[in-house]
Amino acid sequence: MATKASRSAARLMISPAVVLLLGWMLVPLSLTIYFSFLRYNLITPGANPFAGWDNYYWFLTDPSFKAAMANTLLLVGGVLLITVVGGILFALLLDQPMWGQGIIRIMAIAPFFVMPTVSGLVWKNMFMNPVNGIFGHIAQGLGLQPLDFFSQIPLLSIILIVSWQWLPFATLILLTALQSLDQEQLEASEMDGAGSFSRFLFIMLPHMARAITVVILIQTIFLLSIFAEILVTTNGGPGVSTTNLTYLIYVSSLLQFDVGMGSAGGVIAIILANIVAIFLMRMIGKNLDA
Amino acid sequence: MARNVTTSRKSINTIAAGALGFLMFFPVLWIVILSFKTEGNAIKAPLEILLNTGWTTESYGAVQARSNYFKHFSNSLIISLGSTFLGMLIAIPAAWSMAFVPAKRTKNVLMWMLSTKMLPPVGVLIPIYLIFRDLGILDTRTGLVIVLMLINLPIIVWMLYTYFREIPGEILEAARMDGASLREEVIHVLVPMAIPGMASTVLLNVILAWNEAFWTLNLTAAKAAPLTAFIASYSSPEGLFYAKLSAASVMAIAPILIMGWFSQKQLVRGLTFGAVK
Amino acid sequence: MRSKSLIRKNRILIGASALVSVAATASVAEEITIATVNNSDMIIMQELSSKWEEQTGHSVEWVVLEENVLRQRVTTDIATDGGSFDIITIGAYEAPIWGGQDWLVALEDLGDDYDYGDIFEPVRNGLSADGTLYAVPFYAESSFTFYRTDLFEDAGIEVPSEQMTYDEFSEIVAMVHDPDNGVYGTCQRGKAGWGENMAFVGPLVNAFGGRWFDMGWNPTIDSSEWKAAINYYVDLMNNFGPPGATANGHNENRALFADGKCATWVDATSAAGYIFNPDESSVHDRTGFFQAPKQVTDKGTGWFWAWALAVPKSSQKVEAAKEFLAWSTSKEYVELVGETKGWVAAPPGTRQSTYDNASYVEAAPFAATVLNSILAANPADATKDPVPYTGVQFVAIPEFQGIGNYVGQQISAALAGQQSVDQALANSQQFAVREMTKAGYIN
Repeated sequence: MATKASRSAARLMISPAVVLLLGWMLVPLSLTIYFSFLRYNLITPGANPFAGWDNYYWFLTDPSFKAAMANTLLLVGGVLLITVVGGILFALLLDQPMWGQGIIRIMAIAPFFVMPTVSGLVWKNMFMNPVNGIFGHIAQGLGLQPLDFFSQIPLLSIILIVSWQWLPFATLILLTALQSLDQEQLEASEMDGAGSFSRFLFIMLPHMARAITVVILIQTIFLLSIFAEILVTTNGGPGVSTTNLTYLIYVSSLLQFDVGMGSAGGVIAIILANIVAIFLMRMIGKNLDA
Repeated sequence: MARNVTTSRKSINTIAAGALGFLMFFPVLWIVILSFKTEGNAIKAPLEILLNTGWTTESYGAVQARSNYFKHFSNSLIISLGSTFLGMLIAIPAAWSMAFVPAKRTKNVLMWMLSTKMLPPVGVLIPIYLIFRDLGILDTRTGLVIVLMLINLPIIVWMLYTYFREIPGEILEAARMDGASLREEVIHVLVPMAIPGMASTVLLNVILAWNEAFWTLNLTAAKAAPLTAFIASYSSPEGLFYAKLSAASVMAIAPILIMGWFSQKQLVRGLTFGAVK
Repeated sequence: MRSKSLIRKNRILIGASALVSVAATASVAEEITIATVNNSDMIIMQELSSKWEEQTGHSVEWVVLEENVLRQRVTTDIATDGGSFDIITIGAYEAPIWGGQDWLVALEDLGDDYDYGDIFEPVRNGLSADGTLYAVPFYAESSFTFYRTDLFEDAGIEVPSEQMTYDEFSEIVAMVHDPDNGVYGTCQRGKAGWGENMAFVGPLVNAFGGRWFDMGWNPTIDSSEWKAAINYYVDLMNNFGPPGATANGHNENRALFADGKCATWVDATSAAGYIFNPDESSVHDRTGFFQAPKQVTDKGTGWFWAWALAVPKSSQKVEAAKEFLAWSTSKEYVELVGETKGWVAAPPGTRQSTYDNASYVEAAPFAATVLNSILAANPADATKDPVPYTGVQFVAIPEFQGIGNYVGQQISAALAGQQSVDQALANSQQFAVREMTKAGYIN
């Protein structure tokens, strides 16, 4: 269908985007790789001698590194679990006949508009603060010891905040998918005597598969680099219990100002992100045409 | 098609979904309430706040007096709109050619574009900072427009691609038969059909740019600082600060919230990133 | 005739305006960018700066950030020569290091009226490198103990005039701890950061006889002195502190104390202006103060800190920036704050003239005690055993930020009960050894 002329025109049209993104990727990346082999600390100016693999050695043997990897996985996995399961349940509920669905939907998508810094600050102070926060007040009202969220369950608190931000997104995608489901098929299965659970399992869930992969793909992209929520609530602590890989690189390069080691961390994070990317792309690539 | 549903079943659904929706919305509602209280009242027990305290707008006055809200607001507006439109300009041709003249590598290119979004921004902050310094665009809106355009470009291309693919190729074929040039084809056939999808793309990316808090905070000082930087100055309390923090938060998120509610239909479509019909 | 004189008049006017414009080009109206922290004294400076703008025709753009974020932004900018800021807010830790690295403009020439001799000598020394002043003090502070006089009276506690020990302190705290009525025995910093919890922990470790490094720069964080001090801290906070203490820094604790939720609080003397201010604090008439406690030694038990303003070398508007400094750290500025915001809110600890001012001494019952604490703090001799570094609550080397932040995080994890004190200190020691090895102090 496509002629030779339109092919070259197409290439011409696609090239600005490709060139820009290539530049955006390659220029900082090559500088980062270059820095990662230098002994380069912002607060001790002077020559930046070649350091070989030292920075990689120091970053990989950093006692926080393992914890940061685990936290990153827990954070991404936890949020994905909550938003996908919660999103499916919420979507199933919203798909039922009811009054005022529009208003309910408006309320439910509100968290998506809230900037990450604001939601971090609001949850930290107005809700999870054990003295003045709402949860603290409720616990006191019930005569219970208020839960100190950020020291007793720090990572879970962050997971909850981030999940609150992303649940609307998952719900909406899954709801849209559900609504496109063929009603006749459902009714037919009802007549065949399928219970509502098996209807869900064998008809609705397969139908949502593509939507679920989209949720996982898009959220993973954003969740891997969660930063603002951690910065304004726990600063990665207590200890390193809420330090993810992004935050660890931030600590090395912008709190210890060790740009060399931070860059080594950046290169490692980029490699890991690409492994995840390839994995995800394989997964969604199959689903994209379906 | 319509299933018979009893009224009581419908009421139960409404109550359950309403309660859940309200819970999701509650934090936003709560800061709106607190923003109209005095500092002393804002830390009281929730019921006490709702039932026994007066209303005041003093926190909004205090926030405006301390930080020039409108400057930050207009920066946010310019940066998010500017980056989105620049992104659209570059993405539309790319997405068009991917959707209608697919090559063998199209999908790989698309996936590669998305994967650039996975690069951790902190890893490349110092290089970008140095480049921006040398170009003289630190703390300028131009600099932020460029950066935000680049980080959102993959999403824009991807969304447009999925929308464009929904447009049946036969229509274009027919237009081509009628002797329409490439340009005419795009302007007269493609664009009208693609407008809803493009509107959704624009909306979603304005939101993403508006809320971006890493580059906007690290590449600005005073002149180009958007609302994310405005909020950062309230992140640690000086004295009692719940009411002021609430007021500042409301001021930061209200524009986007209102815009979102008014364009709900496009937005809901946009929120699905074009991936689900 | 008339028209001629008019012309002449006009000519004179033109001449005069030409003169004015010449004078104006010498100090052309400029827009300077100031980065500062969101402490209450800085907020006042921000409000009052419009007066300076009116006087000089210059204008000011403010970048107000939380302390950790500010430090990161400012350091990134100055170390990369970014030139985003014309005036930066830095502390007694950065000023000598950055001055020595030739990142800051020397500030020896702020004019005859500036009266350098009026600034307290230890403050001036703390902001100088090799005898050159690189930052001018906005306010200076030591640390002491705030306490609630009414609660102490009810509990029948008499505050000794001698410096008490931390053991005696915790006994007193136990007596005034009354969580059922919303009053916690003590509020101390728990939020991690070298400028947050480590500011309290540093002098505490000094009091228990500990030190950061021995004379060979070997870290000594896993020593028995550190263990005793940190165990004391964790026990004190777990038994008598408010819930959520790991999130509380200086500002949070100040709000808690001002709200009447704490019976005691060892923290910056500069907070006194806030606590004793009837507009801000509900306990302004029920607060007293005594020295920060000692333990095995009384050396280094009160910290020394100054918030100061400096001009980065990368600034393009050095002259206008200096004008602002000469105004905002002058005697006149202190008076302006005293007259417009009340004398109790005047920036403390920098100038003799403030303490000679009868209005200030009258409004600030804490003035003499604060001054004595500041003058008594000695960064050059703050530990029981000899050390190769200066600084009371910090170590004046560039690597300290990273180490201090890490140790702060570990201690806050111990406070949160996520790991034992021994574990926290072992981790800290390991980290410090790594950092000092990396930086080439030790092999």
